[in-house]
Amino acid sequence: MSAASAMASLDEARVWRVLAEVGDPELPFLSVIDLGIVRGVSLAERTVTITPTYSGCPATAVIGLSIAGKLAANGLDFRVDTRLSPAWTTDWITPEGREKLRAHGIAPPPRASADRHALFPEPLAVACPRCGSLDTERLSAFGATACKAMHRCRSCSEPFEAFKCL
Amino acid sequence: MAGELFTYTLRLGDSALILAQRLAEWTGHAPILEEDMALANLGLDLLGQARSFLTYAGEIEGKGRGEDDLAFHRDAWEFRNVTLAELPNGDFAQTMARHLLFAGWYELVLQGLTRSTDERLAAIAEKGVKEMAYHWRHAAEWTIRLGDGTEESHRRMQAGLEAVWGHMPELFAADAVDEAMLAAGIGADLAAIRPIWDARVDAVLAEATLGRPQGRVRSNGKQGVHSEYLGHILAEMQFLQRAYPGMEW
Repeated sequence: MSAASAMASLDEARVWRVLAEVGDPELPFLSVIDLGIVRGVSLAERTVTITPTYSGCPATAVIGLSIAGKLAANGLDFRVDTRLSPAWTTDWITPEGREKLRAHGIAPPPRASADRHALFPEPLAVACPRCGSLDTERLSAFGATACKAMHRCRSCSEPFEAFKCL
Repeated sequence: MAGELFTYTLRLGDSALILAQRLAEWTGHAPILEEDMALANLGLDLLGQARSFLTYAGEIEGKGRGEDDLAFHRDAWEFRNVTLAELPNGDFAQTMARHLLFAGWYELVLQGLTRSTDERLAAIAEKGVKEMAYHWRHAAEWTIRLGDGTEESHRRMQAGLEAVWGHMPELFAADAVDEAMLAAGIGADLAAIRPIWDARVDAVLAEATLGRPQGRVRSNGKQGVHSEYLGHILAEMQFLQRAYPGMEW
């Protein structure tokens, strides 16, 4: 199919289908849709708007390139814009995304982070993604990426990563 | 007005950028692996915020300077960061003392900016303020742990506070730029932030069994008058762009 005819048959659903195949470089099993960072698709402007998870997350630039590249490979010529406000919150991770995180050994973030006062003191215990126990402890508030912390399960003794509430 | 907005935005970005560079110096040298990652992450947050502020500053100025031009092609006297941000890391306790003072202040400044009439500053602040909440908590936890720890950790934490405390008054010293921005509904209200900062820092110091230092030094980084340390930071940070101007990956 030529680029021109592809553009002619363009519909928004198609763009979203492609976006569902673009993964986060640090968490490749998680799509940009699962992560809740796609803020909108404009057919008129031919833009996809995303929001960064953390201000300094190096993955944001890579994600922008991946989205534009994947759409282009499908004959869809779109520009990627970044929007900061409203600020991304872990509440925007979809239920599917939370389940994928758990399945990959990363505890999904506690809910209700939109109210930042809910961040502190420590919200309800983080459930171990392996055995489900709530008897866990935080080892370090910072992990291998900006969005994760290090925890340990006291029941099964396994260390695990937890998505930070933001 | 555009001149004041440029300076105001530059100050926010420079303070975050220079402290990010300082925190990055810890990479590979922190006392434990978890803190190595934590300090790098703290620096990364600040670097991200700095990029947003500097990009905007360049747009306000309207001379075609981008974030990289501002970061790599200015000399020390053109930087507008608060002096606290450029102070050396010292030991781990001193780095935490510096971060306690800075994060406690910067979080409140960004919180104030979320209500700014300047939509762009408000958006950057809205993003950054959530990150700074983690910074404040991390610094507060370590201050308490070290202060209320062993005799040696207490001594070091107190010494760390003494080493950086004198640069704290600059954080709250409003000059003509701050006043113009506050009057325009753009800037944060430093006078309103001060008592909140005092209360939160005093509460941490009390729990940490540490004394509140009294010292004060002349420090005017916001006006471009820096300590001897900034030049050394820039020598390292800007080396590549100085040696190979315009170099890109």
